[in-house]
Amino acid sequence: MKNIYGLIAITGLALTLIPSILVFTGAMTNATHKWLMTLGMILWFGGALGYRKTLRST
Amino acid sequence: MLAKWTKRLEDVQEFEKEPVPSSKWKSWGSFLGMYAGEHTAGTEFVIGPLFVAHGVGALELVLGLFFGNLLAVLSWAFLTAPIATRERITLYYKLEKICGSNLTTLYNLVNALMFCFLAGSMIAVSATAVGIPFNLPMAELSDWLPNSVSWIVIVLIVGAVTTVVAMLGYDQVSRFANLAAPWLPLVFIAAAIAVLPELGVHSVGEFWSVAKAKIWTGVPLENQSQFTFWHVLFFAWFCNMAMHIGMADLSVLRYAKRWTAGFASAGGMYVGHYFAWLASGILYAVFLQVSNNSLEFAPGPIAYYAAGLAGAVCVIIAGWTTANPTIYRAGLAVQAVLPKSRTWKVTLIVGAVTTLAACFPALVMRLLDFVALYGLLLMPMGAIIFIDYWIFPKIGLQSNLASIRKLGWNWAAALTWFLTLGTCFAINQFMGIEIFFLGLPGWFIAVFLYIVLSFIVQRNRPAVA
Repeated sequence: MKNIYGLIAITGLALTLIPSILVFTGAMTNATHKWLMTLGMILWFGGALGYRKTLRST
Repeated sequence: MLAKWTKRLEDVQEFEKEPVPSSKWKSWGSFLGMYAGEHTAGTEFVIGPLFVAHGVGALELVLGLFFGNLLAVLSWAFLTAPIATRERITLYYKLEKICGSNLTTLYNLVNALMFCFLAGSMIAVSATAVGIPFNLPMAELSDWLPNSVSWIVIVLIVGAVTTVVAMLGYDQVSRFANLAAPWLPLVFIAAAIAVLPELGVHSVGEFWSVAKAKIWTGVPLENQSQFTFWHVLFFAWFCNMAMHIGMADLSVLRYAKRWTAGFASAGGMYVGHYFAWLASGILYAVFLQVSNNSLEFAPGPIAYYAAGLAGAVCVIIAGWTTANPTIYRAGLAVQAVLPKSRTWKVTLIVGAVTTLAACFPALVMRLLDFVALYGLLLMPMGAIIFIDYWIFPKIGLQSNLASIRKLGWNWAAALTWFLTLGTCFAINQFMGIEIFFLGLPGWFIAVFLYIVLSFIVQRNRPAVA
């Protein structure tokens, strides 16, 4: 479970940063980038909280 | 539920009057997260844009920030951390030993007030993001007073939530900052990268020429003073002067296992005070372009424009992660004045004062001047602690004079503080040297005065071990 939470959190960070690079290169629109950043935020906080919780319980 | 919360609040133990036991020491990684979170804050959304408004040139900014932040990290590592990990007591308890309880009370009140104003500016920044869905009218660069009832209501709500988190103590603050720390700087950086095409940057090679022509142009906005390389360097070094040279972070770094935890401040300096300031400057340049050089100044809407909901949430959380430890520090300062009161009750009062201060946009619009003043006011006491700890035992003067001689007021320390500030004020008024540059001569003036005045105060009374 710990690894799944970790993966979710890292995906969240990736969705925060990578879309902006795609906007910079012209491969993505600004609107899509903003939605993906929001999704990244949810994944990061959800994954990081879950990861921390599993660490504490073990 | 209420009983559980009350017990939790009563259980908060912060070792105000005793050294931190080794079981509570934390590794440097804990401080890396704390510093990175604390210095990637709501105020970064203000400071970066203010450099743009003050017409800093691109090369001046990049070099000034690099060297200024380096000096700040070295100050934490070599001035604050060694004393913190040897003594392991709060700044306020240390001051009580050197200066006496009455002078420390005065210092604590000044310190707590400054912390309240600083945390207030962060709450105000968060409120600009919370107000987006309500079409909150935003303040302009020249505004000092609140411009609507809705602004005051939103500030009160943000302030209340921040205060409750701070009331739960250092562990809660540290946990929250650590959780948000990796995400916050990425939002700053991602938002800046995403808006670069709007400024005409479509490849990495085009960045520098656009940066010089459209972002850090070297030309200040209307009614703003001109900043140079030296303004940037000294501001980056001294914006946290109260924390490192002023020794306020004795209270935080006393939890560190080793003095080298002071280097963890680099996490805050180079992520928050370098990349975040550059990124927020880029965001502001885009805002100026889109708004046709509007004087409106609101970090929330600027971040929302660049990064959507994540940008707005970033501004809110960035405000919290700095306001929390700042309110916590202010609580410790007041607790030293009222030692019998519970930490959480004191923090509640401090949070209320902070929230009231946050209602005034002046705190945000004049943030650079306020931060410089705040560091300067508290710096002399840091110089006193440094000399008292390292130099006095070597020159036969008594360290911790007030504690040894049961003094309530150490005149050598008091006069050092007042005369240093008076001299700095005179230098500012009669020599025209700006407040950003006064910290360095001020520190040497304080050192000289404290040694000379201590020789006078302690004459004919040898030091005891």
